[in-house]
Amino acid sequence: MPGPDKETDLTERIEAFLSDLKRGGSGTGPLRGSAETARETTALLRRITAQARWSSAGDLMEIIRKEGRRMTAAQPSETTVGNMIRRVLKIIREEYARSRGSSEETDQQESLHKLLTSGGLSEENFRQHFAALKANVIEAINELLTELEGTTDNIAMQALEHIHSNEVIMTIGRSRTVESFLKDAARKRKFHVIVAECAPFCQGHKMATSLSEAGIETTVIADAAIFAVMSRVNKVIIGTQTVLANGGLRAVNGTHTLALAAKHHSTPLIVCAPMFKLSPQFPNEEDTFHKFVSPHEVLPFTEGEILSKVNVHCPVFDYVPPELITLFISNIGGHAPSYIYRLMSELYHPEDHEL
Amino acid sequence: MADSGETGGPVKKDGIQQAKTEGKELTKEEKQRLRKEKKQQKKSKEKKDEKASQESEKEKKPVSSASPASQPPTQPITPKAPSAVPTLVPVPASETPAPADKPAKSKAEMKAERRARQEAERASKQGKKGEVGQQAAPGKPKAPPSELQPVVKRLPEHVQVDNPEVLKKLAKKLERQQTPEYNAATKVKIPLRSDYGYKVSLFSHLHQYSRKAPLTQQLSIPSTVIHPAIVRLGLQYSQGIVAGSNARSVALLHAFKQVIRDYTTPPNEELSRDLVNKLKPYISFLNQCRPLSASMGNAIKYIKKEISNIPSQCKEEEAKSKLLNCIDRYIDEKINLAAKAIAKSSIEKISDGDVILVYGCSSLVNHILCEAFEKNRKFRVIVVDSRPRLEGREALRRLVQRGISCTYVLISAVSYILPEVSKVFLGAHALLANGYVMSRVGTSQIALVAKAFNVPVLVCCETYKFCERVQTDSFVSNELDDPDDLIVTRKGKTQLEHWQEVPSLGLLNLVYDVTPPDFVDLVITDLGMIPCTSVPVVLRVKNVDQ
Repeated sequence: MPGPDKETDLTERIEAFLSDLKRGGSGTGPLRGSAETARETTALLRRITAQARWSSAGDLMEIIRKEGRRMTAAQPSETTVGNMIRRVLKIIREEYARSRGSSEETDQQESLHKLLTSGGLSEENFRQHFAALKANVIEAINELLTELEGTTDNIAMQALEHIHSNEVIMTIGRSRTVESFLKDAARKRKFHVIVAECAPFCQGHKMATSLSEAGIETTVIADAAIFAVMSRVNKVIIGTQTVLANGGLRAVNGTHTLALAAKHHSTPLIVCAPMFKLSPQFPNEEDTFHKFVSPHEVLPFTEGEILSKVNVHCPVFDYVPPELITLFISNIGGHAPSYIYRLMSELYHPEDHEL
Repeated sequence: MADSGETGGPVKKDGIQQAKTEGKELTKEEKQRLRKEKKQQKKSKEKKDEKASQESEKEKKPVSSASPASQPPTQPITPKAPSAVPTLVPVPASETPAPADKPAKSKAEMKAERRARQEAERASKQGKKGEVGQQAAPGKPKAPPSELQPVVKRLPEHVQVDNPEVLKKLAKKLERQQTPEYNAATKVKIPLRSDYGYKVSLFSHLHQYSRKAPLTQQLSIPSTVIHPAIVRLGLQYSQGIVAGSNARSVALLHAFKQVIRDYTTPPNEELSRDLVNKLKPYISFLNQCRPLSASMGNAIKYIKKEISNIPSQCKEEEAKSKLLNCIDRYIDEKINLAAKAIAKSSIEKISDGDVILVYGCSSLVNHILCEAFEKNRKFRVIVVDSRPRLEGREALRRLVQRGISCTYVLISAVSYILPEVSKVFLGAHALLANGYVMSRVGTSQIALVAKAFNVPVLVCCETYKFCERVQTDSFVSNELDDPDDLIVTRKGKTQLEHWQEVPSLGLLNLVYDVTPPDFVDLVITDLGMIPCTSVPVVLRVKNVDQ
């Protein structure tokens, strides 16, 4: 029978994805970029929509929420998974509302007046069955997928508006978004890039070789020299792992130092981040914000005599407060950090902030 | 060049022959004419001097390789008359026995020789007065520093690497810096170390050497010019075996003690002048191995002053023991006792329950922490380290051996760990006269982040590292280390292995950086605790004392 086979097939795929997440996040940096994770998550959610058994929007949302909780628990630092799940939930809500006939705008605006007068918005339980809902939702998810495919190109297209010739640009570590951003600008303009190597993983080396192969003048510096060379830098362009709800960043470690040095020299700090990295989390949980990897990266086991008497830390991420950031460049254009909260309300529904 | 020599020659020959025919003594007119000729031939006179000195060299020592090699480089710099003069200083010493050897020499050559000798003597008097530092002057005419206040200094050679004339001058200077060994059959010159790899354009004015090509490979064994203790020291510097400003200064002083012990004054020479001349090639050699640090520069100044202050009637043994005592006292006072004094003042600043952050391996800061631990202060230390030198591991070992509880992170994690920290202790390589702290690269970054988190930053520095230079950024005067040190192999892959083949890729390995004084809260010296801006006051007080 096709039903049970499809279901087992689906659960197999979900399990495979979960173990991939668990494996991919542990160790020396992500084995795959965030864009691929986002795409895979969305594809998996589309498959769930298509193959799982559900009768109403509420059921579907329950299923997705359940799977989503498992996925985010598998790798809490990979926030794009959670972001995609919330996007899909928002899509389902929208399609449901459209099927019911009520306009989208009234649903979204939660003014104080509405909260006091109606009170009925929260009683919406999505129980009505619509035949065309499945097809609509899958179509909307396909649109989301196409949007995801084009994010890097969209960001790279804006490069020429921000880089003039003979500039010195500094970046840290390796970000595929920034790499394509700079390569796109290098087709028309000549500039110089300084890459901080970002110990202990030294992802900056790979970035530098890739940029220099595209013909860009690149220099690799050690992390310790960031402040020393900052006075000659015109712009700092970085990528990030997550954009937080207050406009701050959770980026690779060393970025906070870079941001402080840029602020000291009044150098603009530009963050290239596609919209799927925007996460409704706030940076207030001290314990859950940071992620650590094996201290072997920092102090290898060859230093055995002192290892047992010493605490060694190897954090992976850094928090950068929004005051240090000048501009966000995303696939829908450029924004100031103070605008991020508005974008969030467009992408996610407030009830989905907690999965 | 040959043409102008010929045109100069016959004219002079006529004048001299006329003088001969009219009588032995030159009349006033003849003298005036000669003076005019001298003025006209001022440019060609330099070439003649070179030719004359080379000829005298050729006749005395059968080394033909040196002279034709130095002839072409002298051509483009002949217009710079005053600067070419110091290079002739060592020559007259070797030229004095020359006239006795040569019976038949043309009158023109003898006249040129006489003129060269006069110029050289004049220059040696000037040169002795203006003996400051160890670098040759580039083509900037300056008054001797003893006449002015030491404001206008000679620009050191090691920040003029992008000026090819300066490089040629240095090459010539190294060739000429030979200790006059009268019996030496071969002349060994101090080799010029060549730069390695592609230099980032912002730093093309600095040297960049490779650790795999030490200078000693270009020296012959055994080296007759350079004392073996100095050769060993140079090798230790260039390979990084002796590192850290205190260690380098102490090693230098010990090596000089050895040199003084093995020194014997040659006949007809004064110890005070000859020993200083003997030290010059050693210092150039060490500079080629690794650029001198500010502390080493101050130590060398002190030694040279002590040597030149030795009275001429002092016997050799007495003078040598006096110098050895001076050096011992310098090390004792300026380094050991200063460390004790600084430790005493710093311990007042360490309270129980403190979490202290240190960066890299500073011998002084380690000493302070160990002393504080002996005095039963309860604190823990966070050691921050950075690639590629990873000096923090050495500091970690020393502290853990004493039993101090430590944490270890890399510099990129400093903003994660700083909220726990209560104080930051930093060491310094030099303190500049405008209040900037020159230290290992990364220090300014730590000070910046500490300031952002409102954590006090204390710099510990002995007064002998205070320097009269001023600097506002880390570019104009720095040291570039071997760029290959940045290459790392992770999981079997070396990303930057072939960086030399990629034309647009450069690696930058800086050694020092400068920290602005607004990041530093306090400087602890052996004279007490001062703010960063009081450095020129201390320098002035020290100068007045001396």
